[in-house]
Amino acid sequence: MQADKLVHMANQIARAFAVEGEAKAVAATANHLKLFWDPRMRREILVHLDAGGEGLDDVARAALGLLR
Amino acid sequence: MQLIKETDYGTPASKAEAEVSLTIDGFEVTVPAGTSVMRAAMELGVKVPKLCATDSLEAFGSCRMCLVEIEGRNGTPASCTTPVTPGMSVKTQTPLLRTLRKGVMELYISDHPLDCLTCAANGDCELQDTAGEVGLREVRYGYEGDNHLCAEADESNPYFTFDPSKCIACSRCVRACDEVQGTFALTIQGRGFGSKVAAGMDEPFFESECVSCGACVQACPTATLTEKTVIEIGQPEHSLVTTCAYCGVGCSFKAEMRGEDVVRMVPYKDGKANRGHSCVKGRFAFGYASHRERILNPMIRDKITDPWREVSWDEAIAYTASQFKRIQRDYGKDAVGAITSSRCTNEETFLVQKLVRAGFGNNNVDTCARVCHSPTGYGLKTTFGTSAGTQDFDSVEHSDVMLLIGANPTDGHPVFASRMKKRLRQGAKLIVVDPRRTDIVRSPHIEAAHHLPLTPGTNVAVLTAMAHVIVTEGLANEAFIRERCDLDAYAAWATFVADPRYSPEETQALTGVPADELRAAARLYATGGNGAIYYGLGVTEHSQGTTTVMAIANLAMVTGNLGREGVGVNPLRGQNNVQGACDMGSFPHEFVGYRHVSDDATRELFEDLWGVKLEREPGLRIPNMLDAAQDGSFRALYVQGEDILQSDPDTHHVAAGLAAMDCVVVQDLFLNETANYAHVFLPGSTFLEKDGTFTNAERRIQRVRKVMAPKNGYGDWEITQLLSNALGYPMAYSHPSQIMDEIAATTPSFAGVSYPALETLGSVQWPCNAAAPEGTPVMHLDSFARGKGLFVLTDYIATEERTGSRFPLLLTTGRVLSQYNVGAQTRRTANVAWHQEDLLEIHPFDAETRGLKDGDWIKLASRSGETSLRCQITDRVAPGVVYTTFHHPSTQANVITTDFSDWATNCPEYKVTAVQISSSNGPTDWQEAYEAQALQSRRIAPAAE
Repeated sequence: MQADKLVHMANQIARAFAVEGEAKAVAATANHLKLFWDPRMRREILVHLDAGGEGLDDVARAALGLLR
Repeated sequence: MQLIKETDYGTPASKAEAEVSLTIDGFEVTVPAGTSVMRAAMELGVKVPKLCATDSLEAFGSCRMCLVEIEGRNGTPASCTTPVTPGMSVKTQTPLLRTLRKGVMELYISDHPLDCLTCAANGDCELQDTAGEVGLREVRYGYEGDNHLCAEADESNPYFTFDPSKCIACSRCVRACDEVQGTFALTIQGRGFGSKVAAGMDEPFFESECVSCGACVQACPTATLTEKTVIEIGQPEHSLVTTCAYCGVGCSFKAEMRGEDVVRMVPYKDGKANRGHSCVKGRFAFGYASHRERILNPMIRDKITDPWREVSWDEAIAYTASQFKRIQRDYGKDAVGAITSSRCTNEETFLVQKLVRAGFGNNNVDTCARVCHSPTGYGLKTTFGTSAGTQDFDSVEHSDVMLLIGANPTDGHPVFASRMKKRLRQGAKLIVVDPRRTDIVRSPHIEAAHHLPLTPGTNVAVLTAMAHVIVTEGLANEAFIRERCDLDAYAAWATFVADPRYSPEETQALTGVPADELRAAARLYATGGNGAIYYGLGVTEHSQGTTTVMAIANLAMVTGNLGREGVGVNPLRGQNNVQGACDMGSFPHEFVGYRHVSDDATRELFEDLWGVKLEREPGLRIPNMLDAAQDGSFRALYVQGEDILQSDPDTHHVAAGLAAMDCVVVQDLFLNETANYAHVFLPGSTFLEKDGTFTNAERRIQRVRKVMAPKNGYGDWEITQLLSNALGYPMAYSHPSQIMDEIAATTPSFAGVSYPALETLGSVQWPCNAAAPEGTPVMHLDSFARGKGLFVLTDYIATEERTGSRFPLLLTTGRVLSQYNVGAQTRRTANVAWHQEDLLEIHPFDAETRGLKDGDWIKLASRSGETSLRCQITDRVAPGVVYTTFHHPSTQANVITTDFSDWATNCPEYKVTAVQISSSNGPTDWQEAYEAQALQSRRIAPAAE
């Protein structure tokens, strides 16, 4: 799946939770990705993260780190 | 089977609790105070002759047939307008009354065509019945005097005839239009002998404001207003009660039949969702079921460029199963999936998701609720603990303030809109939050107290500003919050919304809503009594759709507008079974009853029952399926009753995804647009041809009853079962009731639901279980489903879809009354008379600057695509905003919409697309190419010799 689309979606989720403060937002974003994303989508965005994670904002990047 | 005849009590039931006892014709009867003498008599089984009275309308007292004598009172009062009093002694039949009634009836009949044997209402005519009841044997006045017998019939309405020569001027049609429908399209024109029923300013019905709801036809006691199908076919001989398959109101109808022909659909008085009312779609637009374009034989083809080849059911099912097995063998079990339909029954939807989870072995199942109310599920579950609206429709009768957000009920949910309007005419106040000036903002005898015409995409900012006003002006319901809500979350939320940057004054430049108007609206909602929120897709179909739903929940909690009649949070569901499709486990992350697939206990429950190991990870949503298809990891899709090519956003993206798949199976009534990309077509059945249940917007589970054999051979649930068996996962249901039994056995909120229970109760609202054996009209009475209500911070984040020099206008989309969604059904009925094409609404200022005249062809372009359609110049929309509908594939409005979607649910952002408009001389190259491709794709090869 297109990495830029996955990045866009992950960032959107992270921004929605950002108002809760960084720590809560990271946990909530990770939880959301776990509950609602098909495993192949999570796998592919983690590949993108491993390749530098271009475009991911800080909360999304940290949340993906929790998914490993 | 027999024809269901409901008792007409003559006047509406009194809702008083106090009771009154009286004597009628020597028998004692006890009725609620305020009941009319006519109704009390009927309760006793005594029918007083009547013509102008019917129990859907307030008493009128004009026909002089229902006269009675009351001991101790002078004269002969009309029983319809006379309320009962304690100890009253009434005589309904005396020599005087007999003489009076007969005399009045003679006058009526002296001006009536005596063509009973050839009249369409023969056998269903109250005038005829009443003449019999009063013993009419002669008309002393003769038939030669002045009369109305030469009055010409008005045939302009496609569904009913108005023949004034048969009219007795009882005003029932006029009052039905006023009291029940609330359109006020009819009147009695003229005086004395010249009095006559007229539509609008004496125009033909079709050209008047009449919305063709059928209330006047229903109310008419003669053949003056008659369905054309009755004129054509004759009177029905049996009927069954079923549920409409159009919008989420879920109206109950009597399907009145002659043999296997539907003569007419008559709104069922005991239907708890519609209370005897209907709209132009449910009442009249059922002809698609027998439309010549309906496909009745299965078809397959190797490539989507091939013509279709008709095959037997066995071959079609075997071919599909072999394709799905091959694809799973070659590309893995997760390479296939399915889409359930909100147009199908609960049982059918349950079966499709079961096929996916147990048969396919994955969770790649989604539903069309993805593109409408998925944010409602997420938002209300987060804040209240349950993914559903809180009230029943009757609740509106107790509302003092209605806050209507992003919904256009007079077009989308017309029968409920009539109930809203009735309450508004009684004095309730209305606040409308909508970029367009929808009809309900100002219509006869109704004017919204506040219309907040916000800039599309700023819902969260507007609702948070309302919360700011409520909190900072001390209007919060502290007692409710202390008792019912999570206090830490409230404290954080109250601090958040109180920030000056969320004030109406700070946000007005962004939202376009004047600060003083927003403050006044917030004060009214918080302090005006019972405040009820109703909302639609103008809330959910945004990149912040879920956030808006949670902002709505916050508003209801902070004002204490939950847990009783007259209040609540009420999503108006688009399709007939959106609620049910969501309830039945259609989403890729949850089982029936909203239980996540990762929940071990739930999974084990189904594993034990279904005898297979189930996947604990969520599957793909519809847009993810399309992305994965282009990526090559998703290759086969079974679509039941949905047309994703026309209904889903960014048509080019949907087409590319479908074209990339190896096997697309479409199960539908017609070769819809998605079928252009299909390899297998399985003909579906209509709601008239199968048993099942639908669940409407108020969580009401209602029976769908089979009134004719499926023209395609199978109900949709049977087709899914055939496919499952061919795939090697056995299913052996012999009736949908068994599927419902399985749902009830596995789902706590449905534990008490069964077909026998529905027969007894008529319908039931979930939760229905041991704690609530007759269902739950109002939810969260003493506590929320999640325990304490959760306030959620709702930060406004602007959509990334921005206007600019290339695309300076904002497009928003919606529906019209006469058409339904992609129009697959309504376009194949006479409803096209009202709406033959999608039009683009544009403000006069924007039209002027582009040199456009009303009706001109225009090209509508966005960064996703472009299409052409005609424009309609109107100040309903604000400058800078344009609006269109998506009912016609020749327009394909979704070629314009983008792939932006809600952050939590991927519900598409249909309501905000930056566009440009320019003059055009007709369809675009893309439209012409698409039409050619569609024609090519719909070829059906001639049968082999």
